[in-house]
Amino acid sequence: MEASQFPKDDFRAPLPVIAPGYTSRSITEKLTGIVLTKHTPVAWFFVTAVAFMLLMGLTVSLAYLLAKGIGIWGNNVPVGWAFDIINFVWWIGIGHAGTLISAILLLFKQDWRTSINRFAEAMTLFAVACAALFPLVHTGRPWLAIYWLFPYPNAMTLWPNFKSPLIWDVFAVTTYGSVSALFWFVGLIPDLATFRDRAAHPGLKKLFGFLALGWRGSARHWFRYETAYLLLAGLSTPLVLSVHTVVSFDFAVSVIPGWHATIFPPYFVAGAIYAGFAMVLTLAIPLRVMFKVEDFITMRHIENMAKITLVTGLVVVYGYACEAFFGWYSGNEYERFMLKNRTYFGPYAWSYWLLLICNFIVPQLLWSKRLRRNIPIVFVVCMFINVGMWLERFVIIVTSLHRDFLPSSWQMYYPTIWDFMTLAGTIGLFLTLMFLFVRVLPMISIFEMRTLLPGAAPKHGADEKGGVH
Amino acid sequence: MTLSAIRSRLAGLEGRSYWRSLDEAADTPEFRAYVEREFPEQASEFNDPAGRRQFLKLMGASLALAGVGACTRQPPEKIVPYVRQPEEIIPGRPLFFATAMPQGGIGLPLLAENHMGRPTKLEGNPEHPASLGATDVLAQASVLTLYDPDRSRTIIGRGEVKTWGSFLAAMQLLLGPKRSNGGAGLRLLTEPISSPSVLEQIDALLTTFPQAKWHQWDPVYGVVQGGSAASSALYRFEKADVVLALDADFMGFGPASVRYTKDFTSRRRGANPEHPNRLYVVEPTPTVTGSTADHRLALKARDIYPFAAALAGALGVAGAAPAGELPEEARAKWLPALAADLRAHRGAAVVVAGESQPAAVHALARAINEAIGAVGTTVTYGAPVVGSPVDGAASIAQLVADMNAGSVDALLIVGTNPIFTAPGDLDFRAAFDKVANRVHVGLYHDETAELCHWHVNEAHYLESWGDVRAFDGTVSLIQPLIAPLYDGHTLLEILANLNGTSGQSSLDLTKAYWTRAFGGQTKTAWTLRDAKGQAFTTVDAFWRHALHDGFVASTSGFTSTSQPAAASTTASAAQTAPAAAAPAAPAAMTGTEIIFRPDPYILDGRNANNGWLQELPKPISKITWDNVAFISPRTAERLGVPVTRSGNQNQAVLSISYQGRKASIPAWVQPGTADDVVVVHFGYGRKRAGRVGSNVGHDVFGLRSSRAPWFDGGAEVSNSGEGYYIASTQNHFAMEGRHPVRIVDVEELKKNPKAVEEQGAEKPPAALSLYPVYEYPHHKWGMAIDLNACTGCSACVIACVAENNIPVVGKSQVARTREMHWIRVDTYFGGDPAKPDGPHHQPVPCQQCENAPCEVVCPVAATVHSDEGLNDMVYNRCVGTRYCSNNCPYKVRRFNFLLYQDFVTPELMAQRNPDVTIRSRGVMEKCTYCVQRINHARIDEKTTGRAIQDGDIKTACQQVCPADAIVFGDLNDPKSRVVELKATERNYGLLDDLGTRPRTTYLAKVRNPNPALE
Repeated sequence: MEASQFPKDDFRAPLPVIAPGYTSRSITEKLTGIVLTKHTPVAWFFVTAVAFMLLMGLTVSLAYLLAKGIGIWGNNVPVGWAFDIINFVWWIGIGHAGTLISAILLLFKQDWRTSINRFAEAMTLFAVACAALFPLVHTGRPWLAIYWLFPYPNAMTLWPNFKSPLIWDVFAVTTYGSVSALFWFVGLIPDLATFRDRAAHPGLKKLFGFLALGWRGSARHWFRYETAYLLLAGLSTPLVLSVHTVVSFDFAVSVIPGWHATIFPPYFVAGAIYAGFAMVLTLAIPLRVMFKVEDFITMRHIENMAKITLVTGLVVVYGYACEAFFGWYSGNEYERFMLKNRTYFGPYAWSYWLLLICNFIVPQLLWSKRLRRNIPIVFVVCMFINVGMWLERFVIIVTSLHRDFLPSSWQMYYPTIWDFMTLAGTIGLFLTLMFLFVRVLPMISIFEMRTLLPGAAPKHGADEKGGVH
Repeated sequence: MTLSAIRSRLAGLEGRSYWRSLDEAADTPEFRAYVEREFPEQASEFNDPAGRRQFLKLMGASLALAGVGACTRQPPEKIVPYVRQPEEIIPGRPLFFATAMPQGGIGLPLLAENHMGRPTKLEGNPEHPASLGATDVLAQASVLTLYDPDRSRTIIGRGEVKTWGSFLAAMQLLLGPKRSNGGAGLRLLTEPISSPSVLEQIDALLTTFPQAKWHQWDPVYGVVQGGSAASSALYRFEKADVVLALDADFMGFGPASVRYTKDFTSRRRGANPEHPNRLYVVEPTPTVTGSTADHRLALKARDIYPFAAALAGALGVAGAAPAGELPEEARAKWLPALAADLRAHRGAAVVVAGESQPAAVHALARAINEAIGAVGTTVTYGAPVVGSPVDGAASIAQLVADMNAGSVDALLIVGTNPIFTAPGDLDFRAAFDKVANRVHVGLYHDETAELCHWHVNEAHYLESWGDVRAFDGTVSLIQPLIAPLYDGHTLLEILANLNGTSGQSSLDLTKAYWTRAFGGQTKTAWTLRDAKGQAFTTVDAFWRHALHDGFVASTSGFTSTSQPAAASTTASAAQTAPAAAAPAAPAAMTGTEIIFRPDPYILDGRNANNGWLQELPKPISKITWDNVAFISPRTAERLGVPVTRSGNQNQAVLSISYQGRKASIPAWVQPGTADDVVVVHFGYGRKRAGRVGSNVGHDVFGLRSSRAPWFDGGAEVSNSGEGYYIASTQNHFAMEGRHPVRIVDVEELKKNPKAVEEQGAEKPPAALSLYPVYEYPHHKWGMAIDLNACTGCSACVIACVAENNIPVVGKSQVARTREMHWIRVDTYFGGDPAKPDGPHHQPVPCQQCENAPCEVVCPVAATVHSDEGLNDMVYNRCVGTRYCSNNCPYKVRRFNFLLYQDFVTPELMAQRNPDVTIRSRGVMEKCTYCVQRINHARIDEKTTGRAIQDGDIKTACQQVCPADAIVFGDLNDPKSRVVELKATERNYGLLDDLGTRPRTTYLAKVRNPNPALE
């Protein structure tokens, strides 16, 4: 629905996806200017410096981890997985929004996605990179895990165990990572050609020219591009659902009360989209100010994303309710104990209530249109959700493991400084990559933005209405 | 300092121990300076173990970096085969030799497994009446002490390394003048000794020096309160229907506990015990014995005497009147029920008094036993086995008085460590300084050795020749399994030299004694017969027989009625019952009661440097690496100590003041402890124990009194407000309604055979799986663990450690619950914490599930099912995702979070079982059902053609178990014991409602309560 279809000042009229007054040229100039300039915002230096520091912390903690072993973390028996897998699931969840925005919203022809899909996809890639780190380094012998988990013909004539959800994980995450990277890169090609054409420095020209793969903008190029992009979107769409489904199998397939639940796949997917949108908002809000692209990432985007966040958040809360209900309804003593222990009995009950505050109570603010359009409020809500989604995995992993079947093996889990350093370090890695990306590549798709201009493309459905011709 | 001087210091050391010995020798500043000059570069690094490792790491790292990309080539190592192969040694096949371990003077008979000349594992001697094949925790761990790199390696005279010759010369110089004055001022301080040959030498020494005196001090085994019991009792628990233990931990403490556990549990284990016995335990704090009781009463130690007296009165023992108030429950409920039950089982009941109870309680127990017709059937009284049994506390008090009086000028201390262990009221240290010549013989250069002029490194019993007697009197020969690693000497050798017999080895001396004994020339008249009662034809035949069997059958108190009196120096009044006199001053005991107990494994600190024992969770409390004071939940409330814990955490530290002496020790709320009692465990806080045991725990010997060494009133206990971190392997002792340990009453089981099964949740049908059931065509291994027999002694845990090369991880890692034990003993309490039901023990090894949850989740197939039903762990393939551990409902998998194995210390390498892989960092490990033993049996089956019989394969935990609670066998063999046990109605699978179908199953605990006490 366009704003013009509503009476003037009607409250139902959506906000514009691009501020008025732009032309194709001005869009191109503005967006290429962010990259092809020598003036970097001071705030960029500040954030990148902090992020890089955290990244260095990651390298230190990983080096120490490889030298000493998993024992530097707080993991123990019975809590064999803790921060490592919490962080893995958290990052892979964050990595879901990008593909959802690019692929599913594309297929649903949500044109507002255009302003945000590029950096959301980049975010996906970087989040998957952070996530993929953990399954590798959390193993006792990563130098073997790095290739033994892949099926390849070998002298031992041994295949991996295809029954293990961890093997499914390997396939799911590597597929997702490679398809996302491909999707992202294909989408970049026309813009890279624009950069090639506009860059002044011959070295840059060469570099962008190489990356643009000889794009000339011919009709045939465009035809092939559109076909490829659509196909990739179709390929990515099931992946959005499958990756987190498979990740949830890590838990659902096991016997541990609190893990062994059939609700996990849909509940994990909803949680991933929830976390992903919260993270996109967390990044979009400062970036649009920093690079002065408020005209392209408008209140319409913020509001739409806030709405999706609210909806997926409610789905997640429904998941919590189902978990609790089935814990009770199963009549199984272990499940019932798990429920009691998680909610009020156990030493980690605080984390469950904190999780509900972050993921359930606070996001309800987004019901209000006024608050949805209040950018600081939206930002704070998204920060709550980021924390809440991390806590959700803490509750699932640590709280379930520390009280399992035999009371004799019940123990506590306490993270160490290295656990926190690794978590902070991946945030550093993520932000460093993200900020390098916005500085050297177009964070908003230039050519797609141009299609949003009024009259840039034939209106869909114009024929039926007997309009323009 | 010249090279020759150093050479002379180092004389007698072997090449292998050279570097370590330099460390030892480098204790003098000149020597250290010399070493630094000799090796100018990095020499100081090499003196400091940490620095040396750092240096080697840096060197290794730079070498590795220099060679990146190149092939690494192993340094050439020449392996020289035997030029002449020793007889009977087949590489890869262990040999077994009989020997015995002395502990508190009493021997525990052993079979030592010897791999290529290295003893690696100790088993009980199955023929010996004191073992019947089982051993205890201390025996299992003693093999590690043999290889302890911190054991004393040299003779030290006045701070310098000396030779054996110079020590003997110094002794001649010391004793020479004493020969004329009858040895005035010469004192010998030893632990209790039962060795006939050593006792003969001591006898000879005391004959040569009539003025010399022999003192004994053993803070654990050789101390009695309120006078010694005049006789030692030998119980026949297999004949007893009703047993009453008065503060007696007969199944958990002392060398007799192995046989007693076997006898006692023989009435409880097996398919269906027809007439289970009934055990009453009255004790102040929970013990292993108390945890097997059908009825347990927590009573202050001081109330045991009035309780025994009242019981004696009720049973009509003359002259026994209640001498004090008793709690209502004990008086009104327990005494009538107990008296009636004991009377009803006349001739088949027995009363056991504990070592820490005064002689008066022992006398009462004996009087009751006589009144109920127990003497001669369920108990016999005889002469003590140790020579010259004295009250160690009185003996050391006398020695201190004499030292203070200046009448001691030469003191020879053997084995014991009085500087650390002497009671706090004696001030042994101050008196010790007044002795002009102090000589110490011991395994370690400990606190006492440090203050002695001479120290001789003693040989470990696995390096020694000698003899010892078991608790029933059976004579065992000790034969060495290895030449002394550090050139140690035995007490026998030293005494023989003091007696003027120089140049004879321990072997010569032992053999000489028994040659004389064979000829009837020793003071003690020995009747030497073999197991069939046949006399030996020659000395040689006797000697070979005794060495092969490890003991002389005719000397056993179980089989022979005429036991020789242990030592010539004592006149035993054992045959008459003493009057049941009241203890000296029972009325004086008021206020909070303080009870002293040795640490169950570290004892008085002598085992402090044994990492296996430090890390073994103590029975019931499951604490590792520390000593604590037990208090009851009510007392804890009074003191403001938190009663519940959610995990390992800081414990409140108690300040204890007793007779004006103060000490602090962490509090541990132990349900089952009597109220207003503080049970202080001693043995920790060593200062010179070695790399493992130094500065671990709290030293409370200062509190102990020589007059009341086991318990006394008048302690002032307060909460100091400080905290101290305790690493415990179990923090939840409630079963949470899940019935991991199933318990039924014997009557209930008779009425309802399904009583055990009904306690568990519904079992899913086996046919639920989509996969076809695998038929195991050959073997199908399985295990049954009888919880009715298990006492929770934890010997299985330490046997597993020894057999399977399980590393020690240290307190900080145990605190993070990363201990590596493949089998653990879970302990649960039920009911009200102030008056708990239990403890109930449950050994949990890998359950070897048929539908193992660990197997499906491993991404690299590192844990798979074998065609004999084992859940195999492939270390080489494991990448360490820990998913298997998460998914194991029993949490029996252990992960190498860090590099826990010691790959550096050469001494420890020799200890390891060559049949079991050493696991490195990042690998999961778990119980394998001792697959190496299964494979040995399979190889034997192939070479000999004889099929594996039931009982051929014993897992390490099964073999050590004194209660025979663990049975392993082939489930395809319908006649095997394990099949028989699994067919009983007591059989159940742990968490079998999960559908894991465990191979290891449990037999429910059956209580046999007295209806009058329910």
